[in-house]
Amino acid sequence: MINSMMIMAAAEAEEQANPLIPYIWEIVVTSVGFLVLMFIVIKFIVPAMEKSYVERRDAIEGGLERAQAAQAEAAQLKNNYEQLLQEARTEASQIREQARTEAAQIVAEARQNASAEASRISEQASVQIAAERQQAVSALHTEVGTLATSLASKIVGEALNDDARSQRVVDRFLADLEQEQASTTSAGATE
Amino acid sequence: MLPLVLSYLPAQGGYVPPTIDDAHPPDIIPWMAEYGTGFGKQMVMIVLSIILIWAFFGIAMRKPSLVPGRVQWVAESGYAFVRNGIGRDIIGEKNFRQWVPLLFATFFFVLLNNLFGAIPVLQLPSFSHSGAAYALAIIMYIIWIGVGLRHHGIKYFKLAVVPKGVPSWILPLLVPLEIISNFIVRPLTHSLRLMATMLAGHMIIMLAGSGADYLITQTDSIFNAGLGIMVIIGSVALYFLELLIMVLQAFVFTLLTSLYIQGAIAAND
Repeated sequence: MINSMMIMAAAEAEEQANPLIPYIWEIVVTSVGFLVLMFIVIKFIVPAMEKSYVERRDAIEGGLERAQAAQAEAAQLKNNYEQLLQEARTEASQIREQARTEAAQIVAEARQNASAEASRISEQASVQIAAERQQAVSALHTEVGTLATSLASKIVGEALNDDARSQRVVDRFLADLEQEQASTTSAGATE
Repeated sequence: MLPLVLSYLPAQGGYVPPTIDDAHPPDIIPWMAEYGTGFGKQMVMIVLSIILIWAFFGIAMRKPSLVPGRVQWVAESGYAFVRNGIGRDIIGEKNFRQWVPLLFATFFFVLLNNLFGAIPVLQLPSFSHSGAAYALAIIMYIIWIGVGLRHHGIKYFKLAVVPKGVPSWILPLLVPLEIISNFIVRPLTHSLRLMATMLAGHMIIMLAGSGADYLITQTDSIFNAGLGIMVIIGSVALYFLELLIMVLQAFVFTLLTSLYIQGAIAAND
């Protein structure tokens, strides 16, 4: 069929070529040319392109991975830091709490010691006072007795040799005195 | 507009419009001229296109760097357009890798040879010659049928012509149509679409050029010279339309190739 078309085309060639009728050599040249191009493309161009593509993707993805790793590391560092900070805070508050407790304890202890000392001192003082008072009372007893007896002897002019009687008088006098004193004291207290 | 202009011309003016023959310049080397052809301009350009593609992508990727320079960026963008925009999107993630070289070579081969039609001096789209378009379409025809046979065995012919999910009584009508459509019309349209658009574009530019030339230089009327200048202005718009069509046809040819391959791979579903 193609042959007959070509013959027809050849017959009309004087007039006008049919654009649908191919020149065989153009088919050959185009086919061979395309196959050569395919060879070049497969052998050189596509490998270079794919290599560049893979390299770029690796570089980009590698960069992304590195960035992610760095970010993860930073996040971990931050975590650690925050944890440390938290621990430090807890420790500080513990120390503060402990100090406060210790201070309270020290104050309580000191207060206790002071009050014990004070009570001890006042007790001692009262014991001493009582003893001195006792001493004074007994000294007074003897002295007042002797004074009163000698005074009475001088006034009466007679020997009051009867020691037992004088002693009784003195004792009665002292008892009256003490009673009077006690009543005035209680009256002063009630006042 | 052009026929209108031409009808105004004086009858004895002797304007000879360019013909198809002018799209086939004489052979450069009258080698084997007794068989009807020699080594013509078109063949030189086919060879030139191969050398240019090799040179451009070779130079662009000679020292590839992670941060591409301008040339490398252009080359990689072109490659990525074919690889991802046509290959991966049409053929699918699973099988597209082995077809990237074919699609890449097809796209840039057709694109460059089309663009030759827009470059002064060269000024001939290689695929306006039917031989080149037939050659490429035949290669694709063999490839996609081969793919079908490799994936599905001889059953592929049945899968390709018997559509699924249609009532059986319509099959006697549908199967011959499918045979004609898939195995006869498809390669023809695949090649003729490219050839016809390129030839038509080439003829329009040629016609506009020769018409303007005739109007300005061969007639004495100022009016006609003015018309000739308008034709030139109009042909600039046509030139850019042609550029668009050249790129578009390269894309369409490659897209159809990938569609045919995808159809052959996935014939059973």
